[in-house]
Amino acid sequence: MRSENILEISGLSVSYGGIRAVKEISFGVPKGKVVTLIGANGAGKSSTLRAIVGLEKPAGGSILFNGVELSGLSTDAIVEKGITLVPEGRRVFPNLSVLENLKIGAYMRKDDLTADIAWVYGLFPRLKERSWQKAGTLSGGEQQMLAIGRALMSKPAVIMMDEPSLGLAPIIVQGVFDIIREINRQGVTILLVEQNANMALKAADLACVMETGTITMRGSGAELLENDEIRAAYLGKARK
Amino acid sequence: MSMDIFLQHLLNGISVGSLYALIAIGYTMVYGILLLINFAHGDIFMMASYFMIFAVVDFGLPVWISLPMIIVLTVILGMLLERSAYKPLRNAPRMSIMISAIGASYLLENLAVYLFSGVPKGYPDIPWLTKVINVGTISFQTVTVIAPVLVIVILGALMALVNHTRTGMAMRAVSKDFETARLMGVRIDRVIAVTFAIGSGLAAVGSVLWGAKYSSVYPLMGVMPGLKCFVAAVFGGIGNIPGAVLGGIVLGLGETLLVAFFPGLTGYRDAFAFVVLIVMLLVRPNGLLGEKEADKV
Repeated sequence: MRSENILEISGLSVSYGGIRAVKEISFGVPKGKVVTLIGANGAGKSSTLRAIVGLEKPAGGSILFNGVELSGLSTDAIVEKGITLVPEGRRVFPNLSVLENLKIGAYMRKDDLTADIAWVYGLFPRLKERSWQKAGTLSGGEQQMLAIGRALMSKPAVIMMDEPSLGLAPIIVQGVFDIIREINRQGVTILLVEQNANMALKAADLACVMETGTITMRGSGAELLENDEIRAAYLGKARK
Repeated sequence: MSMDIFLQHLLNGISVGSLYALIAIGYTMVYGILLLINFAHGDIFMMASYFMIFAVVDFGLPVWISLPMIIVLTVILGMLLERSAYKPLRNAPRMSIMISAIGASYLLENLAVYLFSGVPKGYPDIPWLTKVINVGTISFQTVTVIAPVLVIVILGALMALVNHTRTGMAMRAVSKDFETARLMGVRIDRVIAVTFAIGSGLAAVGSVLWGAKYSSVYPLMGVMPGLKCFVAAVFGGIGNIPGAVLGGIVLGLGETLLVAFFPGLTGYRDAFAFVVLIVMLLVRPNGLLGEKEADKV
């Protein structure tokens, strides 16, 4: 199965004051697929996403989005090209209303937002009920929904999510992953970073395992779910 | 004290307070976005006064041309200050940018001494601001009435800007979270520049009204109003625009009435603001209208 990679990472490195968090990793994200990076804390997953969207300056390597080099561009220029990040810990604007959070997600767009707001509210009916509430008053799960909805408002071709299940109750996590599948079904490519390897691998077409800044294993989500080492290290299951 | 004398003081206090409010807004808006006390704000106010003297006295321009011109010049100065002293420190620890602000303040003051000498100059007379009106036994300058009316209009405009425009929405977002605002495609440097522009513009407006009341212009004239307006901003709840206006008016009214009721305390007029600051920080550190940060993790 070969398809065109909408996002192509090659030899990407990220450093924090001499400490290399990401060491020359390469991977591709095929258009229309769900790709996940799994791995323990500090493996460099978040740094990879942050580098792609320009929040960290890559120490080396290239990031091609639809064949255009992103590395070195400012965050607003990158986001404008159609790639966005749902940050770790949700980071909704607590002092803005739910509706305003959605509107600011579309900050760069000049066209009419009515249809897209209706679309997001269709995906997350809970948000519609709370449209005028300040985002800071929402529950954790609702904030995660809002963070995803806010990202969708920029009409991205690729949406990256950093630990969307973090700190949420299992039933809510299930809901988040249902939404991820639904968004993907509607044509958005997804790059997902997760510690919840079980859920992530089930949702993913392709997966990479990161350890201390390098990719140590890759394959389809289903393959890795069956892999003995993965089962022992990340899924808490005994080897077969 | 008779009723009309009391009214006279009341009117005076409100107008002084309105001037404080105009300057305090600049402090509070910048703080709201950058968490920075812009120590140079009072000196921007001082520079605006000199600009007016140059325009009217040295270049002989009519007031209606000078007025918009000095506002524009002051806005440019404020944005230049942000560009050169604060922007390069965007990712530095907060202490560095604060020290840079103190440095910028001293730089402007000493630059003014060097360029304009320390000898006080007279602010040009603007007749429609300084004209004295008599109502019964009370007499006051037109500026006494214009200042509070202007403050209310400006407050209304600012609240509309912050709460109902795209730029205002971006300002509120940037004030909470730089990084996520960037992720939304907000150019935060632009939002910060706009904030400094507004603050500096209001300082310029404040300087014109100030000049009508206190006509002496000298390089350190911005220090005391700067400090007091900072106190006003903290008193009202720093980061909160209506709070800054309220704080300014309470402070102006407070110190005017203090001196009116206790003439023996005249020398403590300036101390009043700082007593208020200390008490406020002890009793209600978030200020009158400031909200407690309730960060949910």
